[in-house]
Amino acid sequence: MNEQASATRAPATQPAGDGWTAVCRQRDLTPDTGICALVGGKQVAIFLSRRGDLYGISNYDPIGGANILSRGIIGSVGEAVVVASPLYKQHFDLRTGECLEDAGHRVNTYPVRICNGQVQVKVR
Amino acid sequence: MSQQHIVVVGNGMVGHRFIDSLLQSGDPSDYRITTFTEEPRLAYDRVKLSSYFCGSTAADLALADAGDYRQKGVDFVLNDKVVAIDTAGKRALTAGGCSRPYHKLVLATGSYPFVPPIAGSDRAHCLVYRTIEDLQAITRCAADSTVGVVVGGGLLGLEAANALRSLGLETHVVEFAPQLMAVQLDEGGGALLRLKIEALGVKVHTEKNSCDIVDGEHRRQRINFTDGTYLETDMIVFSAGIRPRDELARAAGLAIGERGGIVIDDHCQTSVDDIYAIGECALWNGRIYGLVAPGYQMAKVAAGHIAGGGEAFGGADMSTKLKLLGVDVASVGDAQGRTPGAKSYTYLNDVEQIYKRLVVSARGDRLLGAVLVGDTAAYGSLLQWVLNDTPLPVNPESLILPAGDSAAAPGVEALPDAAQICSCFAVSKADICSAVQSGCRDMAALKAETCAATGCGGCAALAGQILDSELTRLGVAVNRDICEHFAYTRRELADIVRVKKFTTFGELLDHCGRGLGCDICKPAVASMLASYRNEYILKDAHLGLQDTNDVFLANMQKDGTYSVVPRVPGGEITPEKLIVLGQVAKQYRLYTKITGGQRVDLFGAELHQLPAIWRRLIDAGFETGHAYGKAMRTVKSCVGSSWCRYGVQDSVAMAIAIEERYKGLRAPHKIKMAVSGCTRECAEAQSKDVGVIATEKGWNLYVCGNGGMRPRHADLFASDLDDDTLIRYIDRFFMFYIRTADRLQRTATWLQNLQGGLDYLREVVIADKLGVCAELEAEMAHIVGSYQCEWKTTLQDPDKLKRFRQFINADGGDDNLVFVEERGQRRPATRRERLQAVAVE
Repeated sequence: MNEQASATRAPATQPAGDGWTAVCRQRDLTPDTGICALVGGKQVAIFLSRRGDLYGISNYDPIGGANILSRGIIGSVGEAVVVASPLYKQHFDLRTGECLEDAGHRVNTYPVRICNGQVQVKVR
Repeated sequence: MSQQHIVVVGNGMVGHRFIDSLLQSGDPSDYRITTFTEEPRLAYDRVKLSSYFCGSTAADLALADAGDYRQKGVDFVLNDKVVAIDTAGKRALTAGGCSRPYHKLVLATGSYPFVPPIAGSDRAHCLVYRTIEDLQAITRCAADSTVGVVVGGGLLGLEAANALRSLGLETHVVEFAPQLMAVQLDEGGGALLRLKIEALGVKVHTEKNSCDIVDGEHRRQRINFTDGTYLETDMIVFSAGIRPRDELARAAGLAIGERGGIVIDDHCQTSVDDIYAIGECALWNGRIYGLVAPGYQMAKVAAGHIAGGGEAFGGADMSTKLKLLGVDVASVGDAQGRTPGAKSYTYLNDVEQIYKRLVVSARGDRLLGAVLVGDTAAYGSLLQWVLNDTPLPVNPESLILPAGDSAAAPGVEALPDAAQICSCFAVSKADICSAVQSGCRDMAALKAETCAATGCGGCAALAGQILDSELTRLGVAVNRDICEHFAYTRRELADIVRVKKFTTFGELLDHCGRGLGCDICKPAVASMLASYRNEYILKDAHLGLQDTNDVFLANMQKDGTYSVVPRVPGGEITPEKLIVLGQVAKQYRLYTKITGGQRVDLFGAELHQLPAIWRRLIDAGFETGHAYGKAMRTVKSCVGSSWCRYGVQDSVAMAIAIEERYKGLRAPHKIKMAVSGCTRECAEAQSKDVGVIATEKGWNLYVCGNGGMRPRHADLFASDLDDDTLIRYIDRFFMFYIRTADRLQRTATWLQNLQGGLDYLREVVIADKLGVCAELEAEMAHIVGSYQCEWKTTLQDPDKLKRFRQFINADGGDDNLVFVEERGQRRPATRRERLQAVAVE
């Protein structure tokens, strides 16, 4: 429900014809941290791991009920790469969006890539 | 099936429990329940009655709730008493003229306090102790009394004595028997209990038989005893046992015991069809049970029988463990050793005032009972030995001898699998073991899985021992690694960071870790790096390690907004600065609240507003308050000798000096401090990690106190220190704590786990036993010398400021935020309010 709360806002960045939207420069990302981008009215949390991998998930924490996942700590649980919600510390798998503590909760994932020094997100 | 009408006479603890049990036993719509009580309120916890004198209110004691009853369709009538039962017409009639038909009627009329039939016992200021109204009468009477006498030295009598004592009266206890608590304790236990109670100032008179009460010469009353002695007192509370309330049953022609009590069978049925009796009014097998637990069992049995079940009441164990006047007392099974041929083992420790006695069978192979006074830790396991009739070990005395010597006491391994450990939720030893086998590794998991220790909590220690023993049996090593990424404790990691002089998390992870790290190890390592190196925490290499609060130098609230707390050293603030805080709060519509640490907290700032807010605050001379960090927070102070008539030192100046020195210090957990200007201790320094209290000659230093969930008074560490020595000791203390504490371990818990305790801490910090003090002081000097206001640094760095936006690619904030007004300020909307707001739109 709340994930659509920001759908009324005009998209900050218009997608190019191929569905990818550039949101910032590569050097705007700091390894091991996340940022949030507004794409097509959706809040997308984008993470760059210390290994250099990129991930995109919804910024909305369905358990805490706030748009804050981009501000969580990145880590690993076994082989899974996760972000810990800064509110109540549940872990969300950055590849699948699944909540490790509560399989009933899952957040959307979004493809992210670097293209010509730009960070691009695809929102379906 | 049509609805059955159930009438419950009496709404005490047991009557209420019956209603609960019946509603749970089947479809609530099968029953139409009516309950009558002569008291002006529904059921409340009579067992905790004495807490009324320690600040509990009638509402705190309440068990039943009118709204809850209405919702469940239970009719209740207060202030009215059932005075007759028409057993032929099956109707209950009340004093108020109410007539109610029943299919089943349950008598839960309880008991009344026994008042000895002596002349004068009905005089004014002669009271009893059973209901909240009784307590109110006692309180009123005590208001203009100096001396109080309790007649009765049993369990309830001592409760009443505690009440009089907490009301500030000179308190006497008069007992007919030669000892206190003659029903539960043996002579030795009673004697030690008496010693302990007398040490509290309560005067105990045993073997006293009251004969009458007359006007006193100096006080209102004079109570005369048959031996010719007397006591003068202002008020008297009778608490000499209970008698069953059976007059209604008697009048209705139900069978009554010779010495009172409504006769019931194993299903709690009385001699008349469709009438049950439960609790203290019922007589089962010639016995009245004056404890609540058997009453609850009867409630369950009667409810089950009405619902068609077949559970039977088979008597109850009267073992009990309680705290009377602050003294731990427990009685198990045949405590007095009345079983023919019984023998006993006795342990008496005069120094620590502990008495323990085991009663064993003639052959010495079974435990029959026990008495514990002063230390009841063994209660749970002793009760198990008795209830399970388990063969005793070769040296039964080890069950009551102090632990710690080489001859280890037989542990929980010896308990049978069927032993009931948690009686609130009927959890057996086997249940706990199988929970451990299926993966529970700590108490939290065990509680979640079995509910054990989540009721009264009395079995927590025993359940914990079984958990440990089962883990050991399974060969599970108790893992103290900080997390899956490092096979080290926090302390070991801190040593590695310090000795190897690592400067980043990456270096440490490459050296001895695996995976990517996580939200446990990363902030812990960030804290170590900050404690030793004190670099700007938003440096790129450290950014990913920090909790969101540290990343954005503010405290995240439930809706994702932040709160802002500028530093107010020592709680001293100029009117100009106070006005700026108000202006900032007004401009950004921030909810404003005064904190416990003498600062002002501004709530509801959005991420993108933080830099502008802080620019304004820094321009006005504020610095960051580190409220977001596991760091030194505040130094609270009283106004001290500059204003106060009693102050002996300038506590405000000292508090400011200390706060300026340690501000920004990061540690395993937050650190709070306080300075009081005299022994009156208005700054509450003894509840802080470090507390300083002024003396005529200097300062007393207290350490390792704590407020919060587990309050702990700080220990006096050193006395009459001059300013320099005080600071030197605090420097050393903090750095030693930072080096050796576990992650998120406050100083109070750290000290409790420090081998050698306070004495060892003194040896390290004062006598420099480890030869590290110079090093500790140098480390602190580095921290103090490299302080920076993190907000000031951040505002000067355009690159860092880029992170303080909701979106990397758009301006503005999160439009998911919804606020509502309350008491003239904004707060986040609840989920329900959000839905309503959406619906209105």
